[in-house]
Amino acid sequence: MEKKKSLRILCPNGHLGFAPTKEESFFLGVATKPDYYCCDSGSDDIGPAALGRDVSVSPAAWQRHDVELMLLAARRQGVPMLIGSAGDTGTKSRVDLYVKMVAELAAKHDLPPFRLAWFYSDVDKACLRAMMERGVVIEGLDGRPPLSFEELERTVRVVAVAGVHPFQKALEAGADVIIGGRSSDCAIFAAAALHEGFSADLAYYLGKVLECASFCAEPYAGKESVIGTITDEAVYVTAMHPQQRCTVASVAGHAMYERANPFFEHVAGGVLDMRACRYEQVEEKTCKITGPLFRPDEKSVRVKLEGAGKVGERFVGIAGIRDPYSIAHVDEMIAWARRQVQERFSGTDYDLHYHVYGRNAILKELEPRVDGDPHEVCVVVEGIAGEAALAEEVALIGTRQLFYARLPEVKGTAGSVAFLFDEVLPAPPVYTWTLNHVVPVDDPLELFPLFSAEVRKGVLEGETRL
Amino acid sequence: MKTKRLASIAKTVRSKNAGVDKITFDVIFPDDHAYRRVCASGVLEKKRIAALFRIDEERITDHVYFDPAKAVKFTIRRRVPSGGPGETDLFGCQQYAPLLEIEVPWEDEAE
Repeated sequence: MEKKKSLRILCPNGHLGFAPTKEESFFLGVATKPDYYCCDSGSDDIGPAALGRDVSVSPAAWQRHDVELMLLAARRQGVPMLIGSAGDTGTKSRVDLYVKMVAELAAKHDLPPFRLAWFYSDVDKACLRAMMERGVVIEGLDGRPPLSFEELERTVRVVAVAGVHPFQKALEAGADVIIGGRSSDCAIFAAAALHEGFSADLAYYLGKVLECASFCAEPYAGKESVIGTITDEAVYVTAMHPQQRCTVASVAGHAMYERANPFFEHVAGGVLDMRACRYEQVEEKTCKITGPLFRPDEKSVRVKLEGAGKVGERFVGIAGIRDPYSIAHVDEMIAWARRQVQERFSGTDYDLHYHVYGRNAILKELEPRVDGDPHEVCVVVEGIAGEAALAEEVALIGTRQLFYARLPEVKGTAGSVAFLFDEVLPAPPVYTWTLNHVVPVDDPLELFPLFSAEVRKGVLEGETRL
Repeated sequence: MKTKRLASIAKTVRSKNAGVDKITFDVIFPDDHAYRRVCASGVLEKKRIAALFRIDEERITDHVYFDPAKAVKFTIRRRVPSGGPGETDLFGCQQYAPLLEIEVPWEDEAE
């Protein structure tokens, strides 16, 4: 294959399906005939519950809308399309969902046959346990201790975060459409650029700048398309929306977005160093970037693991307070209600949380405004327990007893809170992130089983493991 | 000394999860002048931020002056991972609000 002088990749959405792709800027991008369509469809931002429960948080209709846009554009042009972190979590069930969606859309639009590849990112807990028993240390990230057997035990599901490796292998095998399990956002784009022979330094930067689509442009607008161009010398990024521009400020600013540090981006296989990046406005809507460096891992490849463990079932109660005396003493009201729950369930395992909206529900201990009482507050009560019936009763006592809270000087003696309704609401079960760790592997492909098939009239033919 | 609220100087003030264990804060300025002036005032130094949020400095894991974006960026370790029991800001995206009210020493300059 002859190496292209430049490669252009369109990113339609910073999280495919989470909110629908905006079509105007997408089709403006399509009209320029990009070489690849790449997008991630997942995030750990959505919390541990989706991974734990193995569900999407995006409606299927939105996912289908976005996949359909990309698939039709890519197949009409005959260029590759890559999606990573399928269905929000990138678990096997979500990859299978997207594979099925692609096949159905191929049938619906009578697309000519094409090669589909997909890989899974799920990690068997038994595998991790065996590694740990062999003495492999699963290091914690962000100040966490190494993975313990106890933490692994309470984990219900684990995914590994893929780097470029499975995407590159699929492209080498001639894949037209790739559906990836959990992946590093930037690797989806970098894999395409590496496959086309561009340098790792610029390829990983290209991925980093494109992965949130129009978040690297200004003014602020999500879900709009951007196009990144890579050459042997630089990366260029261009906003497709008529009112958006990629500027030095917006592109440099994006390097900071949702990362602890604007200078480094870690992926399976190495780290992108952006300390020496230079940004230059070359056209009204286009910013040029030079100077990023990619440093590969030296020995084994370190792959990030994400895992979720279940905490319990949950019910939620809601109560409002308007009496200024009660508001000033809301902590005493909460303490009263807590005691009533304790008396009923002493010795039982449950969790009870109070969030006082109007005071500090959002910032909690970080809230600097501690004086001055608001004129009304909303108390949200969360009861959490292993069994739903217990969670419901914890939340119900914890909420209803606010009504009966005994404050010595309260004027209103007919009930201390205002209810929207006097039941509690079933809420999604609670999970927690048990794994934010890295595992060292010799062959990064061993964690990501890769498959391929021909899609012909909506049917997968000749499925093989690559 | 006259002061001006950070909200009326900065172009962008935001917070967001940085992974599952941290929340990162970005204060981005419209021009180099405003950026330099606020940096020089010291209001966004690590110890001042720790005092504002009433946390130990060691909970601030990263703190950088990022010239290409004319931005001050810092990151705070979460007390518990995102989305766990008792979570009220899953994306960490409302934690920046106290920064808006920072009073920056701001003597009017001769035009």
